[in-house]
Amino acid sequence: MIRIKCPFCGERDHSEFTYGGDASIVYPALDASAEEWHDAVFLRENIRGMQSETWHHVNGCRMWLVVQRDTVTHEIRSVRPAHEATAKLFAASEEEVA
Amino acid sequence: MTRYSAWSVIKNGFSGQKNWGRAWRDPEPKSGYDIVIVGGGLHGLATAYYLAKNHGLKKIAVVEKGWLGGGNGGRNTTIVRSNYMMPGNRFFYEHSLKLWEQLSHELNYNVMFSQRAHISLLHSPAARDAAARRYNTMRLTGTDAEIWDLETLKREVPHLNYQNARFPIIGAAVQKRAGTARHDAVAWGYARAADQLGVDILQNCEVTGVRRENGKVISLQTSRGDITAGKVGFAVAGNTSRLWQMAELGKLPIESHKLQAFVSEPLKPLLDQVVVFGVGGAHFYISQSDKGGMVFGGDLDWYKSYAQRGNLPLVQDVCEAATSILPCLGRVRLLRHWAGVMDMSMDGSPFICKTPLENLYLNAGWNYGGFKASPASGWYFADLIANDRPDPVVEGFNLQRFANGVNIDERGAGPDPKLHG
Repeated sequence: MIRIKCPFCGERDHSEFTYGGDASIVYPALDASAEEWHDAVFLRENIRGMQSETWHHVNGCRMWLVVQRDTVTHEIRSVRPAHEATAKLFAASEEEVA
Repeated sequence: MTRYSAWSVIKNGFSGQKNWGRAWRDPEPKSGYDIVIVGGGLHGLATAYYLAKNHGLKKIAVVEKGWLGGGNGGRNTTIVRSNYMMPGNRFFYEHSLKLWEQLSHELNYNVMFSQRAHISLLHSPAARDAAARRYNTMRLTGTDAEIWDLETLKREVPHLNYQNARFPIIGAAVQKRAGTARHDAVAWGYARAADQLGVDILQNCEVTGVRRENGKVISLQTSRGDITAGKVGFAVAGNTSRLWQMAELGKLPIESHKLQAFVSEPLKPLLDQVVVFGVGGAHFYISQSDKGGMVFGGDLDWYKSYAQRGNLPLVQDVCEAATSILPCLGRVRLLRHWAGVMDMSMDGSPFICKTPLENLYLNAGWNYGGFKASPASGWYFADLIANDRPDPVVEGFNLQRFANGVNIDERGAGPDPKLHG
């Protein structure tokens, strides 16, 4: 079991999350060339070692996270919200409740 | 080398079966070869064998970082079938099945190929229609296929859960010529047969670098010294991206994921066929080995990984699927489980193709399907390397298909490698 420290919910089993994929991919502009879109959609570096990837806390806060994880040892180096703006809204609403 | 026969078994019986010779040599690496195949798994060994056998080529080496069949060759559920529908896949897998049917004789090695039938359970009229379409398409080009109604299925496999299953079984799609084989024997059989034709099999020989010059591979740096090569073939599914990057070729339409498989304690004969169950998010396949162990597997672990070990939530998922269709397994103990690293490609289909480098050839991207494919994979990869052009059967297995819009997506899952189970 991998344990992921969700910035919103705390440390949870990875079975609460679904794996998204490679977080290093930057999708090109809609009018970019077919080659650029091909590379973004189909090609992967497939890193053996520390990689940046997305996870969705689907059975928790439903937030998307960016996780740095080693693909050999499964050690996690860092976890952060994928959308900083949403994270700020979340923090603000938490304060209101408090 | 001894030719194996009933007579050789009797003869060695007089000395207590203790004096059998080596099955293959353990040579020192030479400084160079005409052809070097990287990867001593089933695909690499089969390629070397067919290069020597079908094309009469000499000075061939297979380099393997560990021991033969220590990767995915020894980490699978040994299922052999050819129930594919897409034009790019159908002829290829049918050719593979035909090679399987003759393999033990071809290699003079008993690979224990058992054509015990592959039964995909059906749970809804829509699923039955889809299966009928697929299996009719197979029949058009000579692959055997049947649709069984519930009565036939109950007669053939009486102890499935017909009473209170969450997804009631209504029939099955069946390929009778499909079955299982002994995975280790396939590696050993190909290794022995290739060795007899002069192929050097170099174990514990890890490739650590690829030296290239003017668009060609010049030599491979290995843990046992540099080896120059006229032509090089990569057959290292699971680690293809790493080698590709050693050759400074950039990215590939491949991700490495791990797939687990399981074996139970040995039982008396229970299941005569391969049974597959896939509905409502479940994915499960099971057969019984000759030793009696129930051999089964399910989905990937769902996150990218190069670790050859599986995680526990998937163990639970797979065991839930097992007991849902075969409740009689409820108290059977699990003996072992293991994980192999799969090349999951962007459309679920493999690559047997030329590369941007003139004398480098690629065999990769086998997803879940590498075991059954290994004879035809070796057959067509050898043909590609020997003749420097792909046979029309494997022309579609190239790296340009995504750019050209001719993906071979058997499952229709789209460009997400983990979904091509």
